Amino acid sequence: MKNNDRKAYLFIAPFVIVFLVFNLYPIFLTFYYSLTNYSGMGGIDNADFIGIDNYVRLVTDRYFYQAFFNTIRIWGFNFLVQMFIALGLALLFSDIRLKLKGVSLFRALFYLPNIITIASVALLFSILLDWNHGGLNQMLLSLGVINQPINWLNDPLYAQGAVALIGAWMWFGNSFIVLMAGISGISRDYYEAALIDGANWFQSFKYITLPQLKPILLYVLITSIIGGLQLFDLPMLLTDGQGSPQGALNTMVLYLYNQAFRYNNFGYGATLAYGLFFITVIFSAVTFRTMYRKES
Amino acid sequence: MDKMKLSRIGIYTGLVILVIICFIPFYMMIINATRPNSEILRGFTLIPGDSLMDNYDVLISYMDVWRGFRNSLFVAISVTVLNAYFSALTAFALVVYEFKFKNAIFVTFIVMMMVPGQLGLIGLYDLSETLGILDTYWPLIIPAVAAPFTVFFFRQFLITTMHISILEAGRIDGASEVHMFHRIILPILMPAIATMGIFTFIGSWNNYIVPLVIIRSPDLYTLPVMMGALSGSPVASNLGAMYLGIAISVVPIMVAFLFLSKYIISSITAGSVKG
Repeated sequence: MKNNDRKAYLFIAPFVIVFLVFNLYPIFLTFYYSLTNYSGMGGIDNADFIGIDNYVRLVTDRYFYQAFFNTIRIWGFNFLVQMFIALGLALLFSDIRLKLKGVSLFRALFYLPNIITIASVALLFSILLDWNHGGLNQMLLSLGVINQPINWLNDPLYAQGAVALIGAWMWFGNSFIVLMAGISGISRDYYEAALIDGANWFQSFKYITLPQLKPILLYVLITSIIGGLQLFDLPMLLTDGQGSPQGALNTMVLYLYNQAFRYNNFGYGATLAYGLFFITVIFSAVTFRTMYRKES
Repeated sequence: MDKMKLSRIGIYTGLVILVIICFIPFYMMIINATRPNSEILRGFTLIPGDSLMDNYDVLISYMDVWRGFRNSLFVAISVTVLNAYFSALTAFALVVYEFKFKNAIFVTFIVMMMVPGQLGLIGLYDLSETLGILDTYWPLIIPAVAAPFTVFFFRQFLITTMHISILEAGRIDGASEVHMFHRIILPILMPAIATMGIFTFIGSWNNYIVPLVIIRSPDLYTLPVMMGALSGSPVASNLGAMYLGIAISVVPIMVAFLFLSKYIISSITAGSVKG
C-alpha cells in the first residue's frame, strides 16, 4: 500500500509543476512588477524598485476610479435587466397553474447567445450600432420609431447602456436555466399547502420561492459579479479600445490592458491587476455575508 | 378557465417576441452577409441579397478566416484534452492515495478558484518571453494541465461514484496503478469529463485577452483575435464582407449548439445545483 501511495506524487507532478510555473509564478511575478517602474521592455533588470509608489498612484488615480465606477454601473444595469427577465421567465415556466409547455425549446433558444464568441458579438454590434449605416438605426428609422439616426456609440450613457444590454442579452438565458433548476428543486408540497391556506401568488413568491432560492441566487450573484468585474471583450471591440466615448467604456481590465500592453507600463498595469483582485475579493465576501446574515 | 387560456396565449406571444428580439442581431448578420456594401449603406431589409460570393472574395483576400477557425479549433481541442486528462489524473491521486501536502493542495484549489484570470496575465507574458515561447500556442495550451476547478469537480464526482473496492480488486488481479487509472477511473469519470469538457472548450474558443497578448503573427491568430483585427483592416470598408466574416465565426458554433443543446443545458443545471 505504502508503495502505491508514493506513486501519487508521480500522478500529481504534472499538475503541480505546471501550476507552480504557469499559474503561481506569474502571479508572484506580477506582484513583484507592481513594486517597480518596469516598462515591459528591455528586461526587468533595467527597471527601478519603487516600493508602494504604484499603489499610492492607484488610490489617487481618477481613471482607475472612473474604470471602477464604469464597470460597476455597466454590471449593475446588466444584472438588473438580466435577473428581471430570467426570474420572470423562471416563475412563469414553473407556475403550477399555468402549466406552460416548451420549456426545453425556450431554454435552448434563450441560452444560445451565451456560447457565441464575445469578440464576434462585440464586432457585430459595433457595426449594427453604427451611426450612419448601422442596422439598428436603419430599422428604427424605417419603422418610424425615430426621425434622426442616434449616435449610440458616441454618447456615454447610450454606450454604457448598450454594453449592459448586450451583456444581459448574452446572460439572461444562463440565469434563467440556473434559476429554473433552483425553483424545480423546491418541493411542490409547500405551494399546495400555501394554496390551501389561501395564500395568493405574491405571498407564495415572497415566503416560499425567494427564501428557498437563496443559495442559487447567491451563486448567480457571485458568479455574475466576478465575471462582470472582468468585463473586457465588449468595451475593447465595441469602440476604439481606449474607452471611447469620453472614457465611458473604460473598464478595469481594459485600463489594465492598455496600461500594460498599449502604453508599455507593466509596473502600473500589474498594480491595476492587484487592485482588481482586491476588489473582487471584497465584493464576493460582502455578497456572501449579506446574503447569509439576513437569514439569522 | 377561459381566463387561464387567454393569459397563456398572451404569455406565449410575449415569449415569441422575446425570441425574435434575441435573434434579430443574428438574422441581420446573416442577411447582410449576402448583400453588397452599397445596398447595406442604403438601408435594411429582411430579404437576402445575391452578393454572398463577392463578399466572400473580398473577405478572404484580406483575412483567412478559415485559418483562424483551424487555429482556434487546434488550441481549444488541445486545451480540452490536456485539461481533462491531467485533471482526472490529479483528482484520482487526491481521492485514492494518502500523501503529504494533500490538504495543502486542496486548500490551494479553493483559493485559486476565486482568483481572476487577469491577475497573472502580465507575469505570464513576461515568463513566455523569457522561455522564448511568445507568439506560440504553448502559453495558451500548457496552463490547461493545471486547472483547479476541473480537478475539484472531478474529485467530488469520484468521491460520490467510485468504490475503493474496485481498485483493490484490480490490485489483486495484478493491474498496475496507471493501468487502473486508464481502464477504470477514466471510464467512471466520463460523464464529468463530458460536462467540464464542453465548458473548457467554449471557454478556450471564446478566450480573447490571452491570445491577444501572446500571439503576434497573423498566421497564428485565433478567431477572436482575428475578429479584433478585422475591424482595423481594409475589410471594414466593405460591410457585407464584415458581416460575412462575423457570420463565419458564429454560425458553426450555432450549428454545433443545435446538436449539443440538451447536453449543455443539463450540464449547467447540474453544475449550479451541486455547486
